[in-house]
This record gives sequence, C-alpha cells and structure tokens, in this order.
Amino acid sequence: MSRFEESAPAKGGFSFDLCKRNEMLVQKGLKPSSYLKTGTTIVGLVFQDGVILGADTRATEGPIVADKNCEKIHYMAPNIYCCGAGTAADTEAVTDMVSSQLKLHRFHTGRESRVVTALTLLKSHLFSYQGHVSAALVLGGVDVTGPHLHTIYPHGSTDTLPFATMGSGSLAAMAIFESKYREGLTRDEGVKLVAEAISSGIFNDLGSGSNVDVCVITKGKREYLRNYMLPNPRTYVSQKGYSFSKKTEVLMTKITPLRELVEVIEGGDAMEE
Amino acid sequence: MTKQQANWSPYDNNGGTCVAIAGADYCVIAADTRMSTGYSILTRDYSKIIQLADKSVMASSGFQADVRALQKVLAARHLIYQHQHNKQMSCPAMAQLLSNTLYFKRFFPYYAFNVLGGLDSEGKGCVFTYDAVGSYERVGYSAQGSGATLITPFLDNQLKSPSPLLLPAKDAVTPLSEIEAIDLVKTCFASATERDIYTGDKVEMLVLNASGIRREFMELRKD
Repeated sequence: MSRFEESAPAKGGFSFDLCKRNEMLVQKGLKPSSYLKTGTTIVGLVFQDGVILGADTRATEGPIVADKNCEKIHYMAPNIYCCGAGTAADTEAVTDMVSSQLKLHRFHTGRESRVVTALTLLKSHLFSYQGHVSAALVLGGVDVTGPHLHTIYPHGSTDTLPFATMGSGSLAAMAIFESKYREGLTRDEGVKLVAEAISSGIFNDLGSGSNVDVCVITKGKREYLRNYMLPNPRTYVSQKGYSFSKKTEVLMTKITPLRELVEVIEGGDAMEE
Repeated sequence: MTKQQANWSPYDNNGGTCVAIAGADYCVIAADTRMSTGYSILTRDYSKIIQLADKSVMASSGFQADVRALQKVLAARHLIYQHQHNKQMSCPAMAQLLSNTLYFKRFFPYYAFNVLGGLDSEGKGCVFTYDAVGSYERVGYSAQGSGATLITPFLDNQLKSPSPLLLPAKDAVTPLSEIEAIDLVKTCFASATERDIYTGDKVEMLVLNASGIRREFMELRKD
C-alpha cells in the first residue's frame, strides 16, 4: 500500500515522486492507487498445434474466498481467449470491451481476428489508464499468422513468450513450466503440463484455489474445458445435517403510538397553481 | 523532513483458526495445522495446541514465535506451581495465570489469540477466551484466529448460547453430547476452510473428559 508520507525510499536515497502534484491530489481527495495482490494463478503455453490457457477458479476479497468457482478465462474471439488476474471488475470490463471492438472489426474487415489486434487494443487501453485499471492478462490464440501467446501488465507493457504465468501463484506455476516445458509438446502433454502448473499454484499459493480451467485453441477449433480438474472436494459433510430453526429472539415488545401532528390554517389562500 | 515511518515490524501473522467447546463433562479444543506467511504456506503440519496441565489445554493462533514463547513461560510457571503446591494447576487458575502473563507485556504484546479449554474442579467443561493483552472471560464456546468471524456466528446459532446477561457463564455449557460436539467442530472447520485462505490442511482435535485426553485428526482442503 503506497502512502504519500512514505515516499522516501526505505533504504534512503532520492524520491522521484511529483510531491507537489501528489499533495494537491490528496487535498482534492484522491486516494493513492493501492497495489492489489492479484490472488490468482493463470498460465499459457504454446504447443505444436496451437495454444493452451489455464486458470484456477478462486476469487478472493482479502483473506476471504468470495467465489469458489469463478471463470477467469474470457472469450475475446472464436480463435482468441484471455486469462485475467487482478481486479475482477477490471479484467471483465476490459476483455468484454476489446471483445466487442474485435467483433466490430471483423464485420468491418471481413476477416478472422488476429491476436496482435487484441494485444494492441488491450495495451493501449491499459497504458492510457496508467495502471489504474488493474488487469494482468495472458492472451492466447491462433490466427492466420500462427499461434501466439502474450502477457499484458496493468501499466500496458507486453511480452511475447512460448510459456507464461501471471498472478500471485505465478512463481509456483513458473517453477513447473521451467522444469518441464519443451518445444513441440503434443495436445495431451500440453494440457497435462498446464493442469500441473495450475495445481502447483492452487496448492502452494493461498490466493489461488479450487478447480482448474483449461482452454485449448488450435487452427479452426477451440475447446473450453471448464472445471477440467476438481482436486478440492469438501472434506467433511455432517451425516446428521444442521437445521437453522432458531427464530430471532424477541427480547421486548413495546408499542409507541405516534402523535398526530395536524396544522390547521384558518382562511388561508388555496394553493396557487 | 517528514517523520520516518517504521519499515520493519516485529510481528508477523501465521494465520490459523482455533475453536473450543465446553460440555457438561467434556471439553473439545481444536485448531487447524496450517502455518502460513503472506500468501505462502510454511508448513501443513504444525500443532497450535499445547497441554499445559492435566486438565488444561491451550490453543493459540497469531504469531507463532510469540505463541511458542508464551507456551514456554506458562509451562515454566506451572512447574514452579507444582513444586510449591504439590499439585497440578486447576483450569480456572491456569486461566488467571495466562491473563496475567499476557498483561505483563501490555506495551509489547504477545501477538497470540488464545483459547484455553479444560475441566474445572467440578469436572464440568470450561472454555476461556482471550484477547492479545489478557482480557478474558469464561464462556461456553469460542473461536479465535483468521476463521473466527466465519465460525462464531454458526456456533452462536447452533449452541443457542443465551446472552451472558441472562445466564451466568458457568452454566453456559452446551447440552450436546461429546460425539455431537466433535461433529460440530468438524463441520465448522470444513466450512471455514472453504472460505478462509489461511485455514486448511488438517484439523487437530483434543477431547478432555473424566477418562483422560484423546487426540483426533481430520483432513481438510489443501488449497
């Protein structure tokens, strides 16, 4: 959490903040943008026939799990999908927006969308919001130029990679990829590797959890494998069950009649129109 | 030059949840076994429960380094008591000792959230719940730690605990049987694990009754 009073760097040195502008903004009531932990594990990799994307399904609000089975792999185009980490509203809004823009572009050009088009639209939007739109994305798809995989950071920078991970579980997932990735994986090997990387994030990162979603994109075909793996069933269900029959306890009943307040105006003017 | 803020904290939170329920002639104390820091897991197999006397068991969540130090102090003080009085400390006596030990460090507290459970001198179950600086109260049941806010409303609903103003705490033991209380504790932890990221892996349950102490483990979600 960055606060303007702590703008002096921890180890000493010069602070390059625009301190007068920052002070003015604080006085106007602007809260500095806090760096939200992106509690998620999202991955992507390129295999011999295309691209495979993977994501966990836990949405957190601080230390609480808000959604145990949310969808983090978003549709962009029939041949392009995007995983999103960061603020859920931001990832949803930005992927929906660019998905609509791509559709209009397809009508305009009469051609299949290209991954670099989605990439440019996303990165220019995020850059123009200077990192305030907290969306960290893994964009993957197959178009006429071949399979593509990109990562997009909240401030608008991008990377083009053969395999990528984002979110708080990215280190756990990247450890798996760095050990086991090689070029020219088959579809089954690729799906198995993606599921393994997401599982690593699910079990070793507290911000990620629940199930594994996978999406396989190849030339002319995509398979959205929702809940490909469910490695976290509920461990205990009580045999006898619990009922919630206790009604709200009535501690006291008191009736207070309201006094009627009526003002009588003698011979006043009728309401004017 | 603006005032320099501290950029180092002596505390860390290792997460976890503790629960205790008092019965007519038994007491259940349970805690999960996950120890974490930030978003990482340090170990899945850490006991937060310690038996301080033959009828007193303490479970603590919070900063485990402080919890360990606190456990050592209490164990040493109990040993001294045994030498001086030639008997074990009763649970209410241990409760008072814990309160005093915590308040002793009022201005640099033990970052420990404790529940003390056991059997009182009459053999009835008793549970004492604490804050970080030693404020304590005898209750019929309690939850502390990261999952406490999820578990306490459920226990309030199921154990029908009357308001302390209506009924003194000594009589607020649950009418549930030992088996039912253990089932309730298992349900509490399974549910808290679903929604709290710091609770999970395993739950360790200790049951104290007239015949002694029994320990049980149950697996929880590991994600």
